[in-house]
Amino acid sequence: MSSLPERLRGRSELGVSVLLAALGALVLIDASRIPTDFTQRGPVGPAAVPAVVGVALLVIAVFLARDVLRGGHGEAEAGEDVDLSHPSDWRTVLLLVGAFLANVVLIDRVGFPISGAVLFWGAAYALGSRHFLRDPLIALALSVVTYLIFARGLGIGLPAGPLEGVL
Amino acid sequence: MEALSDLLNGFATAFTPVNLGWAALGVILGTAVGVLPGIGPAMTVALLLPLTYGLDPTAAFIMFAGIFYGGMYGGSTTSILLNTPGESSSVVTAIEGNQMAKRGRAAQALATAAIGSFVAGLIGTMLLALLAPYIVKVALEIGAADYFAIMLLAFIAVTAVLGSSRIRGFASLAIGLTLGLIGIDQQTGQQRLTFGIPQLADGIDVVVVAVGIFAIGEALWVAAHLRRRPADIIPTGRAFMSREDFRRSWKPWLRGTALGFPFGALPAGGAEIPTFLSYVTEKRLSKHPEEFGKGAIEGVAGPEASNNASAAGTLVPMLTLGLPTNATAAVMLAAFVQYGIQPGPLLFEREGDLVWALIASLFIGNLLLLVLNLPLAPLWARLLKTPRPYLYAGILFFATIGAYSVNASTIDLIILLVIGLLGFAMRRYGLPVVPAIIGVILGPRAELQMRRTFQLSNGEISGLWSTPLAKLIYIIIAIVLLWPLISRFLLRGRHPLAEVAAEAGVPLEHPEGDEQRAPDQPVADGEPRSRVPEAEPPKERAGRDRPESRTDTPDGPRPP
Repeated sequence: MSSLPERLRGRSELGVSVLLAALGALVLIDASRIPTDFTQRGPVGPAAVPAVVGVALLVIAVFLARDVLRGGHGEAEAGEDVDLSHPSDWRTVLLLVGAFLANVVLIDRVGFPISGAVLFWGAAYALGSRHFLRDPLIALALSVVTYLIFARGLGIGLPAGPLEGVL
Repeated sequence: MEALSDLLNGFATAFTPVNLGWAALGVILGTAVGVLPGIGPAMTVALLLPLTYGLDPTAAFIMFAGIFYGGMYGGSTTSILLNTPGESSSVVTAIEGNQMAKRGRAAQALATAAIGSFVAGLIGTMLLALLAPYIVKVALEIGAADYFAIMLLAFIAVTAVLGSSRIRGFASLAIGLTLGLIGIDQQTGQQRLTFGIPQLADGIDVVVVAVGIFAIGEALWVAAHLRRRPADIIPTGRAFMSREDFRRSWKPWLRGTALGFPFGALPAGGAEIPTFLSYVTEKRLSKHPEEFGKGAIEGVAGPEASNNASAAGTLVPMLTLGLPTNATAAVMLAAFVQYGIQPGPLLFEREGDLVWALIASLFIGNLLLLVLNLPLAPLWARLLKTPRPYLYAGILFFATIGAYSVNASTIDLIILLVIGLLGFAMRRYGLPVVPAIIGVILGPRAELQMRRTFQLSNGEISGLWSTPLAKLIYIIIAIVLLWPLISRFLLRGRHPLAEVAAEAGVPLEHPEGDEQRAPDQPVADGEPRSRVPEAEPPKERAGRDRPESRTDTPDGPRPP
């Protein structure tokens, strides 16, 4: 009954429990170092809610682990474009994260119109689009138009970069 | 009739050309994102939160409300034309709606959905306008203890009622509460969970959290499981319906509205349960029960009306108490906070013009949506063909703008990515995202009320239940929490919703969690659900794509 992937799946979900427990411990440790004696205003100080949340995280971690060990597992979220019948495509996810980070690195250096275009093109490429003329053109057009609407029209602070005088 | 004159003033504000323009933009955007897969109203409002830096609040809220209503209309188009509802509130619509479409009655299904949504939206908005002033009057009298109890109820109910696994709901809520703790404590100036990082001292901006969990999390999640072959879209013409269809639809519309509104107005009713209840009600009352499962129009009319009515209902606690009970309302609440507007009963006093303009624009938006949706249905359906790489690249693109514009800082982009990866993991392991969002946004507010309560009671814990209202709410919370035990006792182990779901042919509860729900297949289509989806490559899918002439479905042979 329990094939290998199924057992692996069960085990990886225990990781969620571990993370919740670690988060709970972190919250409790952080709460314990908040000085409550002199800063406290009223009977409930700044450490009270973190203490409750931290304990809740630990308790939930235990119950979740119990649920997983009893064979329960979370139902992966479905959606119109989601096909859960094949395994996770990590390559696409990593490429998307790469495109995202490229934008992070570039945005303050070359400005949003260019970094945004790189992000859009990179993400479209990661997701399987291979129109080598159409994709970058759409990316650039979207990026420039969005910049004009958001930065110029609505006054939202996006860096223009070297295109400062051009746009 | 003070409310009436307030409402008329609201119409005067909403009818200015500029505000009409924002309402139109809102409903168009809302319908588009409702139709588009992978993007819903909550994500859209989150992506548009940066507009709050540059737009006046009335215009922004008129647009956000249009998006909220529009998303409800658009969602039905997807359920009817594609057999893959994206949102839980339109799962039920897909049951009969997609069957109608397969039998060449897509236009009628779309029409009854649109007109039903209009009727429900109209009645729901009227109820909102009538009820809100009274609830505000009551709300002005209640104190911190009551507020804290109500917020606690919202947490518990959102977490325990929605979704298939309570423990995972609570895990999600706890993650949200933890994110909400980050930053300087408002009352004492102590840093919490900031780890000495100065950028965390102000807390993680709610824009970053909402966009990270909804937009980045969703885009990465879909990217990891992108359907290789897009689902088939059933072509349609202009939406219309015959006199006979009308005769069969109007009662379900009204009954759906009656079910949907109260569920939306209660903390955590949500749109999911009333749509199920509406479906089952219509099936029981129908003169043609044999048509159910094969495209009964009542099964589209009722649930579609009920999910729109529940959307209107959601605005009641949102506007009167500052209490969001679904994802979109939570993000709209965040927008109020961005503007420095204090949501809650004082909202009607201090920002009366804005609130009434918002309510008036809901009437206008609802009418616009009817006009947009009936003749233009085929146009909206074409949105379903949007190339997926562009769609999800676009989501990432706009998400970064939102997060970056908060502080013009790339640190926020890194935090955005981390929260996005968290959102990805939550989707992967079945932790619902709504409790997390409610936790982030409502958590700090609940803490404030709790600390006020204790200040008033001098630290006596009994201060929490010092008022009759608070006592009543704690009893309700206890019932919600103990419901599995109570229902087992009363109904001998049959979960009433499971019964409802079974009757609707939809798996709602997975008691032991050992059954993986096939992603897009809530409808009893005769295909066995895949037990080990990850182990089985796309073969399993082939069954679903077989021609429609298969006769081994439970519905019996289909017409040629």
